[in-house]
Amino acid sequence: MPARTSWIPYALIAPSVIFLGALFLVPLVQTIWLSFSVGDGFSMENYQRMAGDLNFSLAVRNTFLLTLVVVPLQVVLALAMATMVTKLDKGRDLVLWVLTIPLGISDLAAGLAWLALLQNTGYLNSALYALGLIQGPMGWLSQETPWALFFAIVLAELWRATAIVLVILIAGLQLIPKEFSEAAEIFGAKPWTRFTKITLPLLKPSLQSALILRTVLAFEVFAVVYALGGRNFPVLAGEAYVWQNDNQNYGAAAAYAVLIMAISLAATAVYLRILRTRPEQLP
Amino acid sequence: MTAQAAEIPQTRHRSMSLPSARRLLLWTGLAVLLAWVLVPIYLVALGAFGGRLGVFRWPKSIWPTDLSLAAMTQFLAIEGVFNALVNSLIAAGLTVVFSILLGAPAGYALARYDFRGQNAFRLLVLLTRAFPLAILALPLTVSFIRLGLYDTPFGVSLIHTVLALPFAALVTQSLFMGIPREYEEAAWVFGCTRFQAFIRVVLPLALPGLAATAIFAFVISWNEVFAASILTVRERTLTAYLLRILAESPLHYRFAGGFILIIPSVLFIFAVRRYLFAVWGIASK
Repeated sequence: MPARTSWIPYALIAPSVIFLGALFLVPLVQTIWLSFSVGDGFSMENYQRMAGDLNFSLAVRNTFLLTLVVVPLQVVLALAMATMVTKLDKGRDLVLWVLTIPLGISDLAAGLAWLALLQNTGYLNSALYALGLIQGPMGWLSQETPWALFFAIVLAELWRATAIVLVILIAGLQLIPKEFSEAAEIFGAKPWTRFTKITLPLLKPSLQSALILRTVLAFEVFAVVYALGGRNFPVLAGEAYVWQNDNQNYGAAAAYAVLIMAISLAATAVYLRILRTRPEQLP
Repeated sequence: MTAQAAEIPQTRHRSMSLPSARRLLLWTGLAVLLAWVLVPIYLVALGAFGGRLGVFRWPKSIWPTDLSLAAMTQFLAIEGVFNALVNSLIAAGLTVVFSILLGAPAGYALARYDFRGQNAFRLLVLLTRAFPLAILALPLTVSFIRLGLYDTPFGVSLIHTVLALPFAALVTQSLFMGIPREYEEAAWVFGCTRFQAFIRVVLPLALPGLAATAIFAFVISWNEVFAASILTVRERTLTAYLLRILAESPLHYRFAGGFILIIPSVLFIFAVRRYLFAVWGIASK
């Protein structure tokens, strides 16, 4: 039973409220304000500058393309991993530890690890050479091979960020009572039917949080792309970084930030609506 | 081998009659997945210890040949690398302290009290999840310059705490909910004040979970690239430093940097592996 209201809980949450107010809400408003102001007045100039930039439409296209390819693949891969792991009795902890290692790896480090594999004199080319498929070192990560570069980024993102989906899904799977599946099996449901009719619907809340988390992060993808392809593959967060750090144009950078936030919020709203779970559907 | 294993389920034997074949299929799949995770780490390690010669060797062997510590010590001796490493540790350490000191009391309040406005507070915490938080470093540049926080590990740790705090609050909430209230009440009966009861009874029980939360906060800060790069110029963190030198530094230095970034993560995930699913199960609700 929770205690009756007193001043104590307010004193306990006050520090985090003040902190989040100062460093989350204020910068949020500042970003929006900054993006609409040039000098002292209201203006759309920053947005015009952003949209008029050569890389803008490329960055929008690339970011969306990456998100639309990477996030669904991650969910499928994580579901496959989770299903396999739950079938294990021996060595489960060890397997889970290895599969979740990428959870702690930074996107920059992930990009560098895949760079070791995919660079001109890297391991992929050495393997292809050994198989007689190529004559010598080849570049996959340059502007001339945009699709190879895209594919490399997809691989690195799958490698790095599937673990978080896996962990959320396994945590969700643990909440589903075994009896449901056992009952279905008695009534003759095949494994695939049990998976689609029982496991998936009951996993909806976990899928929802995994999708929200991953999609928001996918729209701010940045360091993986930079480590592998530099500016050969423009993405939204990368352009924001360039406007801020290299061009020292804080207004245009803020316009990019507002765009990324708007897309993230829209994606979150869509997931909340599509994957809504009514309370009576919970196990 | 893989092709053979893949054909087996299509023969449609009942699961009882072919347990070994199914197990073979399962373990083949798992072996592929384990290799998928481990091989890139192994290869970046080869790159980190192979030095200049190793990077340009063609064709490459996947076996460790002529590795040396020299490549790594050379990397650490580059001007700025060691400083960046120290800055990363300071920023991550401060992030741990702030997110626990701010988040744990909030988690305790949510777990133990029913108060007006608690839903509004939960909403604020959850709202942070719908935003790309690192992007918020952009407008902070100006105010940080004014406040003297720009280009300091302290300033970086503030924005990293925004990333880690909601997580810490939610995880500690469920941590404290798991510790029966009666223990505390018993301590009150024996004459402890609320604070003493918390320190002597609740805290020891919550300590392992708090340690796991701290480790997560550390990893969040250690790995963060965008905000750290925006908010520093000379006092860069390791990620910000590596990002800045990406274009001009030779490959073996980049691999050495990547390897150093990966190592703590591997160890930390090992340390918190028991809490991983509990923690994320909660934090993703």
